[in-house]
Amino acid sequence: MSPKKLNLKDKYKLLTRDLDWEFSYEDRKEAFPYEEFEGIKITDWDKWEDPFRLTMESYWKYQAEKEKKLYAIYDAFAQNNGQTNVTDARYVNAIKLFLTGVSPGEHAAHLGFAFTGRQMGGIGARVAAQMQSIDELRHIQTQIHAMSHYNKFFDGFDEFNHMHDRLWYLSVPKSFFEDARTAGPFEFMIAIGFSFEYVLTNLLFVPFMSGAAYNGDMATVTFGFSAQSDEARHMTLGLEIIKFLLEQHEDNLPIVQKWLDKWLWRGYRLLTLVAMMMDYMLPQKVMSWQEAWELYFEDAAGALFKDLERYGIKMPDYTDTIKQEKEHLSHQAWWIFYQYTHAAAFHTWTPTAEEMDWLSEKYPDTFDKYYRPRWELAAEMEAKGERFYTTGLPQLCQTCQIPMAFTEMSDPTQVSYRESIYNDERFHFCSDPCKSIFDNEPEKYVNAWLPVHQILQGNCGGGGLDKVMEYYHLDDGVANLEFEGSPDAERWKEWKGVA
Amino acid sequence: MSRVQIAFQDNDESRYIVAAIEQDNTTAVVHYEPAMIRVENEGSLIINRDTVSEQIGMEWDVQSLHINLITLTGHIDEDDDYFKIMWNN
Repeated sequence: MSPKKLNLKDKYKLLTRDLDWEFSYEDRKEAFPYEEFEGIKITDWDKWEDPFRLTMESYWKYQAEKEKKLYAIYDAFAQNNGQTNVTDARYVNAIKLFLTGVSPGEHAAHLGFAFTGRQMGGIGARVAAQMQSIDELRHIQTQIHAMSHYNKFFDGFDEFNHMHDRLWYLSVPKSFFEDARTAGPFEFMIAIGFSFEYVLTNLLFVPFMSGAAYNGDMATVTFGFSAQSDEARHMTLGLEIIKFLLEQHEDNLPIVQKWLDKWLWRGYRLLTLVAMMMDYMLPQKVMSWQEAWELYFEDAAGALFKDLERYGIKMPDYTDTIKQEKEHLSHQAWWIFYQYTHAAAFHTWTPTAEEMDWLSEKYPDTFDKYYRPRWELAAEMEAKGERFYTTGLPQLCQTCQIPMAFTEMSDPTQVSYRESIYNDERFHFCSDPCKSIFDNEPEKYVNAWLPVHQILQGNCGGGGLDKVMEYYHLDDGVANLEFEGSPDAERWKEWKGVA
Repeated sequence: MSRVQIAFQDNDESRYIVAAIEQDNTTAVVHYEPAMIRVENEGSLIINRDTVSEQIGMEWDVQSLHINLITLTGHIDEDDDYFKIMWNN
């Protein structure tokens, strides 16, 4: 008779929970030195319940299968000259931004989960964090592999890692992950595991990736969906950690609420990049940022917060501001990049007449009133050979590090400024939430490496813009500036046989 | 009640999983979007191993869901013979 097969629950128990051991001669507290210093109280790690019940053995099996599928598609994409089949060469700029801005974040998450997995005392949480750490490493690897094909034909990909640590707009995602990684293990879990993975990554990996498919980019949609299938697991880890912390001790509630308020805002500000990628950088549109926000945040996160109400968790106070900003965010963000694209590793452009009509239709209350006139003026200036670039350097928000260009929602023509004085020094913020995040931990945020300050202090190559560009490894006239007339655009015309 | 949702890569395996979902969750709404299939339902949604196996014409392992899964919302309850997502509100 063949031996009886274990059921899923028993298998998970034996192959995960049973991996833990008693500390007979070492002090458990010394083995997990960070478990208490954030003020979180854990009474019983055995109450941790991983809903996916995935053992390491099954994990390897399914991940291997996903990888095989993914790389078969990369091969097919490369062998079929897939780069010539995207809707338009402008599209490729969205994935330049992805590789420079998002992929290094995957690596930061890999390091963060390795640390957190090591520091949490419960074996269930440790194994789940270990899987996630390996997943994140797989994500950056698969993303580099996918983009390496584009790197053969387009500018702006080759120095992504060097640029990530230096370029002004890349300090936004970089500082986001460094903020999370320099927090304790539980704050990291709420920051990345819950706020980012559970509440926000769908916006990055689902509608944008569906958009990549719609624009003929099979390589990107495939790594995107393949990554997001790991995210489905990460999301459940994020949800489990928050339920677990709230059920363990009532004293955890105010700490967790404060982290949620901080990290949902930090994550939301980071997604500004995705808003403009969807509305302005996809030549063939799938859905607007506003529609994606309503579906994946208001609807999905709304249900989630209703479920968390029983623990005393509330939606953050700034939810109304976010609701209003959804009609403005992408337009304001694209304008920032449009005017500073001479110092960016991707090209920008004015939306075409058809694209502006689409934006009017999707944003009936804001586009024609506030943004269309600006784009029409930009297009007019460009036609006269006076393409607009801003030569000054912008003031940056001390917390999110985005140039101060967001406006008051009560008056969308007025730029929003907030400030705080700390140790006789004045600090500037783009919004109330960014100011209150700073006010809660000023010692941390006064250390922010703000690119503009660093340039002015001479720490980015010194001298003028040309020296800064050298420091960035950004080839002037190649990877930067307006799309029209760029080497990318010229190559594209040549491939397509357009004069 | 809040809506739960689950999305799959649009391919020949997911087609049968979605058919099984529709069979076992009569109120489920299926959206076909570029490269993906998104299914929504009020409150909860269940995927039964037996229904998928019948649809696909071979024995189907619930955990192989991971291969074509893109995303989901809600709490998860997973066992040998079913996979369920739900909200408690």
